[in-house]
Amino acid sequence: MKSITVNLIMNGKAITQSCATNTTLVELIREKLQLTGTHVGCDTSQCGACTVHMNGRAVKACTILAAQAEGSEITTIEGIGSADDLHPMQSSFRECHGLQCGFCTPGMIMSAIDLVNREAELDERTIREGLEGNICRCTGYHNIVRAVESAAAKMKE
Amino acid sequence: MVQQSIGERVLRKEDRRFITGKGRFTDDINIRGQAYAYFVRSPMAHAKVNSIDVTAAEALEDVIAVLTGLQVAEDGLGALPCGWMVHSKDGSEMKQPHHPVMAGTKVNYVGEPVAVVIAESYIAAKNAAELVEVDFEEIDAVVDPLLAQSSADIYPEVPGNTCYNWELGDKDATMEAIANAAHVTKIRLINNRLIPNAMEPRAAIADYNTGSEELTLYTTSQNPHLVRLVFTAFVQLAPEHKLRIIAPDVGGGFGSKIFTYSEETAISWAAMKLGIAIKWTAERSEAFLTDAHGRDHVSEASLAMDDEGHFLALHVKTTANMGAYLTLFASAVPTYLYGTLMAGQYKTPNIYVEVDSVFTNTTPVDAYRGAGRPEAAYLLERIVETAAREMNLDPVEIRRRNFIQPSDYPYQTPVALEYDTGDYEASLSKALEMSDYSGFPARREEAAARGKMRGIGISCYIEACGLAPSQLAGSLGAGVGLWESGEVRVNPTGSVTVLTGSHSHGQGHETTFAQLVASKFGISVDDVEVVHGDTGRMDFGMGTYGSRSLAVGGSALSKAADKVIVKGKKIAAHMLESNVEDIDFDDGVFAVRESNLSKTFQEIAFAAYVPHDYPLEELEPGLSEKAFYDPANFTYPAGTHICEVEIDPETGVVEIVKFTAVDDFGTIINPMIVEGQVHGGLAQGIGQALLEACVYDDTGQLQTGSYMDYCMPRADDLPSFDVGMTSTPCTHNPVGAKGCGEAGAIGSPPAVINAVTDAIGILDIDMPATPEKVWRAIQQAGRA
Repeated sequence: MKSITVNLIMNGKAITQSCATNTTLVELIREKLQLTGTHVGCDTSQCGACTVHMNGRAVKACTILAAQAEGSEITTIEGIGSADDLHPMQSSFRECHGLQCGFCTPGMIMSAIDLVNREAELDERTIREGLEGNICRCTGYHNIVRAVESAAAKMKE
Repeated sequence: MVQQSIGERVLRKEDRRFITGKGRFTDDINIRGQAYAYFVRSPMAHAKVNSIDVTAAEALEDVIAVLTGLQVAEDGLGALPCGWMVHSKDGSEMKQPHHPVMAGTKVNYVGEPVAVVIAESYIAAKNAAELVEVDFEEIDAVVDPLLAQSSADIYPEVPGNTCYNWELGDKDATMEAIANAAHVTKIRLINNRLIPNAMEPRAAIADYNTGSEELTLYTTSQNPHLVRLVFTAFVQLAPEHKLRIIAPDVGGGFGSKIFTYSEETAISWAAMKLGIAIKWTAERSEAFLTDAHGRDHVSEASLAMDDEGHFLALHVKTTANMGAYLTLFASAVPTYLYGTLMAGQYKTPNIYVEVDSVFTNTTPVDAYRGAGRPEAAYLLERIVETAAREMNLDPVEIRRRNFIQPSDYPYQTPVALEYDTGDYEASLSKALEMSDYSGFPARREEAAARGKMRGIGISCYIEACGLAPSQLAGSLGAGVGLWESGEVRVNPTGSVTVLTGSHSHGQGHETTFAQLVASKFGISVDDVEVVHGDTGRMDFGMGTYGSRSLAVGGSALSKAADKVIVKGKKIAAHMLESNVEDIDFDDGVFAVRESNLSKTFQEIAFAAYVPHDYPLEELEPGLSEKAFYDPANFTYPAGTHICEVEIDPETGVVEIVKFTAVDDFGTIINPMIVEGQVHGGLAQGIGQALLEACVYDDTGQLQTGSYMDYCMPRADDLPSFDVGMTSTPCTHNPVGAKGCGEAGAIGSPPAVINAVTDAIGILDIDMPATPEKVWRAIQQAGRA
């Protein structure tokens, strides 16, 4: 497989990484850059566990080639906050018990941040529809919806 | 001091790592120099394997080895075991086919592995797998469980493809009561096969050290110690003391990560054979094909009543589909976890349950959230609802009329179980109030004015959790003990490390168990760390399944903590120059009764490890205690779920407009976590009722093998839930807990279907009640 070099901004840091031409963005993130917070839960671009931000918008990193990310700004779950300085969405997921096994959580948080950034007004229906691309098998979504409502209020302050 | 104790909504200790991307799931782990595995799987449901040619695959660059099922057989690896022997009506043992680690000469379901490629990279392994030439000779597949017993035998050792014909209860009395009853309600229903779909696909890394001859396996397991036991006692890979099994963060299980599967076994064998580390991670497509499925029953039942709707007798006849092989709990699910639940919350005097368990050329079936108990609750609550409608009785009234009353405990059912405690009227009336049941007719009228069909459905379920006691289970065929172990290590500075044999894969044990132990010692939850999932760190553990962790594992920890307190009192008595009988321990302080002499928990911990002022002649240093807890009985959570739906007659789309769940889980440690468990169970139960179905075609090809075909509940498919609690603490464990993990999935499917049929005005519809089925039912009912 031919090799290419990809230049991008990963969580605020400029990186240059060589990889095979068919490397997906999620493979680049997990296998090359060892950022394992972004997960792979399916092979049909349905579950959303791999959701990251590309130039500020949520994308499913399993469905984008690393080459397509050339020159872009990528943010993963590791890039939005730290244990000592949580993003409001992260803290709301904890406060509202919006996670159980934690596997879908990073992707869910990245989608939810994008949803709040995009939508001026969010109610339960728009939150549920906005998270339709992320599957959670543990929570029944009830507390995820509460978490997004709570974070949206904090983020708009 | 921040002290958070039992009953408080303590935020979860484990969350911080998951919300920051610092969780450590199996696929996040890499071993330096590891190779990668990719499995060659059967594309056919039933076929002879005439030959396997690995020449081209082995010749590919970066391929280390290609190992086949024939080599598994040559190496004499034992079969993957089932953990429960069930006997047929005639007393004979169940028939079970040999379940090889990889298939040798015959494959029995689509996805069964026949070979594994080991290569330097994942992509090389996958590419090489494409080059493995397998000559399959297709045989007619047995797919429909109802035709299994009249089809050609899949295995010579299993005549009639029948695993067992099991029975429970008094047949003669039941049949006689049915024959003489004023009214008999009959139903036939299907409990649809489900695919568990934990969000983390299964994965494993086997790391073999040729020098020490030790194998470390990282694996997505709910019960790592059982994996170790299976590897040693059944597959005979290596002795237990040379095996370390680590189940790190595990992304959901729901039963599907109980079984010790082919893949982790095969790569462990390969790693030992080749002297290397090997990693395997399932793709979701592989998960659909090979994770043990759930449910899949076809049942007929008759409920006999007197003319006032008092239940006289229940006869149930069920065909349970095992798939191609028996998995760990497969044989117990439709028998001891199903037939024994047929009394439900009711005083039905005569019950007789018959179960034919059959093999088909489909993926093996095992425990899935509830495991047998959802199937029992679904049957019972559907037939009770149908009976109420046939008898023109209010569905609430017919249930009340038959409830076991608080004065009846302990209550011996006619199907083996003895309920210790409960209060079914309490959860029913609370659910009626929360759901504004009495206001329903007005809401139905209002919906009708908008052109919507509104219905309401009730389900009063019971479940039996914390399978036990070991001796009884052993006499009924269980192959393992059913206790749990726990260890409470008080560190010299007074913080506490708790080791548990239970495994958390979303349940929040790191918080709940910390609360339990912290409240025992009067210390902060932050000073307690819970460790689980590593055979190298704790003695033994039976793992997590069947909502057992708090009731059984928590009880073990409670006992271990009590031992710490007993020892602490002895140390305190010495230090305070008092008698041990005069020492009280309360809120973190050991004090001499009726004095101002005292020592803190931390001071005692320090003294235990720095024993300068210490009764060394009577007491060993250190402050660490273990306990094994074997319960005296099952626990019996129960509750009432009420579902209210609106159906659009134009499209058949069912919307759940209100869902109320009131559950009695006994003592609750952390209500936030318990409510979360209910929410998740409800989502899976509603998924079963409205969305999810595993479908095979006539040749045994899985038609629902991806998220494009298998309808997973998504955020916009579900409502918010109204969850309430009542409590009658379990009488026989020290925590008083009953278990909460499965209730949602048990109580909800019948509530949803009872609501759907109520809305349409029919008696029956199959799960999942998809828009198409609902629309057709509406057309047939002539009410569109």
